[in-house]
Amino acid sequence: MKKNWWKILGAVLVLYSTIAGFLIGVPRLAILHESIRNLYFHVPMWFAMIVLFSNSIFYSVKSLSTQSEEDDLKAVESVNAGVLFGILGLLTGMVWAKFAWGEFWSFDPKQNFSAISLLLYFAYLILRNAIDEEQKRAKISAIYNIFAFPMMIVLIFVLPRLKDSLHPGNGGNPGFNMYDLDSRMRMVFYPACLGWILIGYWVYTIRFRISSLVYKQQ
Amino acid sequence: MKKFAFTLMMLITSLNLFAQNNDIEMADALRSNGKIYIVVICVAIILIGLLIYLFTLDRRLKMLEKKNSNKN
Repeated sequence: MKKNWWKILGAVLVLYSTIAGFLIGVPRLAILHESIRNLYFHVPMWFAMIVLFSNSIFYSVKSLSTQSEEDDLKAVESVNAGVLFGILGLLTGMVWAKFAWGEFWSFDPKQNFSAISLLLYFAYLILRNAIDEEQKRAKISAIYNIFAFPMMIVLIFVLPRLKDSLHPGNGGNPGFNMYDLDSRMRMVFYPACLGWILIGYWVYTIRFRISSLVYKQQ
Repeated sequence: MKKFAFTLMMLITSLNLFAQNNDIEMADALRSNGKIYIVVICVAIILIGLLIYLFTLDRRLKMLEKKNSNKN
């Protein structure tokens, strides 16, 4: 129980942010209307993904120096869990975009680039599966990951800001901070991010434990 | 417990009674006739179910790990 406190914290925060996300008041804004509440569900998916990918690159670098299979497994399972959250973020974003911007996919820079960065990580997973020899697989995929991570950061955080984008905070568009992301919304948004990051990390640890069990049994 | 949860819910919701400009359409009807709570309860049930499922998965995995470490 003592070791599991963060799992319980994650569960409580996610539950709180969902209930409060529906019930606590939000600013009355045109176009967005009630859909502004999506902020509590769509954005945390991306935060969880970024944290999981960061965790993955940490273990990739570590596996290059330690050469341990465990670190390699941690890196890949972290990507697996991160990709799940990325896909969820993309899908929730598409639904929100349909009602806020009129199209599921309006070729907004951030939409395109986040899809491309997900493809980068699909390529990572496929690359791994293509190599049979363990040592080689660990090394090559770790190095690929070291290239993929900065690309993902640039694609999601840098390039969309240089162009006009429909996403808030990019181009000439005001961020949610300006759309009064007021204190009421902050009270839900930050716990939601932390909660989903914890849940994402939990999913990753479960995946890692399963795959290390499988590895030991071989 | 039920009463406590209900009071907490009411407390949270009463914060937004100070609505300002009413010309922008929001889900006011859903709120005024209380139907929003049905949606919230359903979503909460789904989420609680999934989280409990995750906890049981975790526990089963722990049992497997224990068994495995005894074997080696």
